Amino acid sequence: MSTHDTHSHELEPHGDGTLPDRFENPGHPEHHQRLGDLDPKANKKAERQVLALFTVSVVGTIAFAVAYFALGDPTTDPTKIASATRTENLWLGLTLAFALLGIGTGAVHWAKTLMNDHEMSEERHAIASDAESREAALQALQDGAEDSGISRRGALKGAVIGALALFPITIALPLIGNIGGDWNVGKLKHTMWKKGTRLARDPSGRAIKASDVTIGSVFHVIPENLEEAEHPLDEKAKAVVLLIRLDPRDIKSEQGEGWSYDGIVAYSKICTHVGCPVALYEQQTHHLLCPCHQSTFDVADSAKVVFGPAKRALPQLPITIDDEGYLIAQSDFHEPVGPSFWERKK
Amino acid sequence: MTTTSTPTPAAKAAGATADYLDQRTGIGVVVKTFARKIFPDHWSFLLGEIALYSFVTILISGVFLTMFFVPSMGETTYTGPWSSMQGVEMSQAFSSTLRLSFEVRGGLLMRQVHHWAALIFMAAIVTHMMRVFFTGAFRKPRELNWVVGFTLLILGMLAGFSGYSLPDDVLSGNGLRIADGVIKAVPLIGSYTSYFVFGGEFPGQELIPRLFTVHVLLIPALILALIGLHLLFVVLHKHTQYPGSGRTEKNVVGYPVLPVYAAKAGGFFFVVFGVIALMGATMSINAVWNYGPYDPSPVSAGAQPDWYMLFLEGSLRLMPGQAEFVTWGGYTVSANIIIPAMIVPGILFTMLAAYPFIEAAVTGDRREHHILDRPRNRPFRTAFGVSIVVAFFILALAGSNDLIATHFHLSINDITWAFRVLIFVGPWLSFVITKRICLGLQRKDRELVLHGHETGRIVRFASGEYIEVHKPLDAHERWLRVQHEAIRPLEIEPAEDSRGVRRKGYALDRMRQRVSQVFYEDRVEPVTPAELTASHSHGEHDALEADVHEPTQVGGGSHLVEPDAETGVEGRNPQI
Repeated sequence: MSTHDTHSHELEPHGDGTLPDRFENPGHPEHHQRLGDLDPKANKKAERQVLALFTVSVVGTIAFAVAYFALGDPTTDPTKIASATRTENLWLGLTLAFALLGIGTGAVHWAKTLMNDHEMSEERHAIASDAESREAALQALQDGAEDSGISRRGALKGAVIGALALFPITIALPLIGNIGGDWNVGKLKHTMWKKGTRLARDPSGRAIKASDVTIGSVFHVIPENLEEAEHPLDEKAKAVVLLIRLDPRDIKSEQGEGWSYDGIVAYSKICTHVGCPVALYEQQTHHLLCPCHQSTFDVADSAKVVFGPAKRALPQLPITIDDEGYLIAQSDFHEPVGPSFWERKK
Repeated sequence: MTTTSTPTPAAKAAGATADYLDQRTGIGVVVKTFARKIFPDHWSFLLGEIALYSFVTILISGVFLTMFFVPSMGETTYTGPWSSMQGVEMSQAFSSTLRLSFEVRGGLLMRQVHHWAALIFMAAIVTHMMRVFFTGAFRKPRELNWVVGFTLLILGMLAGFSGYSLPDDVLSGNGLRIADGVIKAVPLIGSYTSYFVFGGEFPGQELIPRLFTVHVLLIPALILALIGLHLLFVVLHKHTQYPGSGRTEKNVVGYPVLPVYAAKAGGFFFVVFGVIALMGATMSINAVWNYGPYDPSPVSAGAQPDWYMLFLEGSLRLMPGQAEFVTWGGYTVSANIIIPAMIVPGILFTMLAAYPFIEAAVTGDRREHHILDRPRNRPFRTAFGVSIVVAFFILALAGSNDLIATHFHLSINDITWAFRVLIFVGPWLSFVITKRICLGLQRKDRELVLHGHETGRIVRFASGEYIEVHKPLDAHERWLRVQHEAIRPLEIEPAEDSRGVRRKGYALDRMRQRVSQVFYEDRVEPVTPAELTASHSHGEHDALEADVHEPTQVGGGSHLVEPDAETGVEGRNPQI
């Protein structure tokens, strides 16, 4: 199979003096002997290496079991749980890795150094079936259709298709009926906030007095009665509010006349883009930044979008104070909070 | 080897078992067909294997996790050993994840192995797909298998997303919140679809159990079935092979399953699993006990999804919000979400899935292909593939724009703007550059075939001229560089026949020709024997005997030595 000398004769012209359009495939290259094929010592050495690698695996497995029992339960001392868990994870993981890598490298090394490495060639066959088989297949289908009589009995065909098409309704109907809960998407437009609901700190639920809110400070706010809701998390996902006190002279605009109290403004914390909590407040610029997609809202200017993928301002919660000086909502939000949806303005 | 005459007890037992099985299954035929089946060897064929083996790793570690994970959103108060969470209200899903991490021994290792394996699974799928794309392995008869593989990519993403959402921590909860926001943006049915997924309002009580079923039953079953189909196709089609001496469209050259691939591939499973175990041992991933249980209010800055979802995140971040609008009649269309989250990925993925069919249509090529293309020999395809990869890469980077901002002290707004420009310019530029590089490499191949290797040996002629001796390529080196066919653009019949009558169907033909020109106008043809002979004869009269180096004549042209003079011990020229 030595072909390195084909160079010269390949370029010899055909009998009629013309050259072929393309080069010829020179055929399989010569086989290279490995060191282990030539030198019995190298061969023996490779065998020892394979043996050693499999041994590493066995040692790894034993070490795993030893580590499992020797390290003991990491939860026995709660003060050291972090380091004990880390140690356990490291030792179990490393020994497991040795157990696996020993097998893997051993097998691969065996294949590469000791197994027959003569390349072999196998014929490919056409994927398509031969004409005769195709003919027979077609015939079989025709015979089958013929025997069923489906072509002659049109009504039967319709009945079968109709029945098959309809029966999934029996599964789909109760599934679709229940899977969306009560299917009342109108709930997306309302939150727990009502006239008189006190603003409370998240997560403690302690009501906030206007006098507690100093200029420049930010409060994460929930309705005081949040825990009374049937599903507090669902309500919280809509009702969370950011409360910020600005210098009243800095306020350029608000979404409604008298919706703030003495420079204290309350805006929905749910981003109008895809609903992440808008959590980062920059005191100097009065900007709120959503950490998920960087929509930026200007709190001093009706929480309008100044940058990013959100379109709409964060809805403002109209607030005032009650007789005891606690901040309360004047009403619910005047528009749906959170991400846009098709019928939000309907 | 005396076993044939006097069988050992073990051999006897094996023979009896084989006989038992064969009488009941007829497995002998299968073993005969497949035991010595030939597979070609190349490192890039391992990428698909990594995907398969990391999936097996996922299954093994995943079964372990299901023994302890409680897929419930039911509220509970944590009383376990992790002190910072003691007394915190959380879902049972989160609480059982903490239990898995701290109380189940080896549980944290299995969690980390599971998560790392998922990341590697996706990385292996993507790189395997790139290998298949750039080498043209998707061509007939393998187009359907490309689609199967593409579906596996999508399923892998869904498996990953549904999986990392299960612990019900703050990070994954915000990921679900984003998913909810994207779902709600769908015109007409958005809010209903959101209710469909969450069983009512977000986050509801249903999501974790539903995700669990999807994650441990639905998607794995589909993935397993499709992997089976994928491998069945591989066996049916026989593996593709890289071009080389002795390899043709009619054969497959390599090593037999038994014993070589049984050892190599079987061993490689343990290597993949072992490396993942090493990662699980030494690299922390998804430390949910630091994030806390899901709560709609808190969120951490610098939060990222797993890498294969980053492109979606980046796409969302880049889109300016102005695109949202309200229709006549008062319906809200969130184009600021629909475009980046559905239309852009939709276009990219559709192009990817449909490419084999597009290329086949443009080429009009109905032949089977089993010899892979060298990427340089298909400049349009390679450039197109690179530009899609670049588009995904830019989107993924844009998904990390906040981290780029904090690490490099740059303005987040400037970075976002830079990416907004780059997502249009980058793919185009990378297309142009890649195509040029491919054509350049092809020219380099031609140059090598025609003029041979530089030997670094400088010879002075009597006339004073210096030349460098070039050594021609041997037949094997040359074959690699001349074996491909340069596809030429379609040639069509003229618009009017000899009598000046307009031909029917000309417009369609012209269009097909135009597309074909886009694909194949720029090309470098492989060297033909005639060209090589011409190049040789040009320098023939001044050819040098390699060992003599006798300057004979002044003049240009290539100076050739016979390869034999330069061959190494094994009788072949070293590859340069």
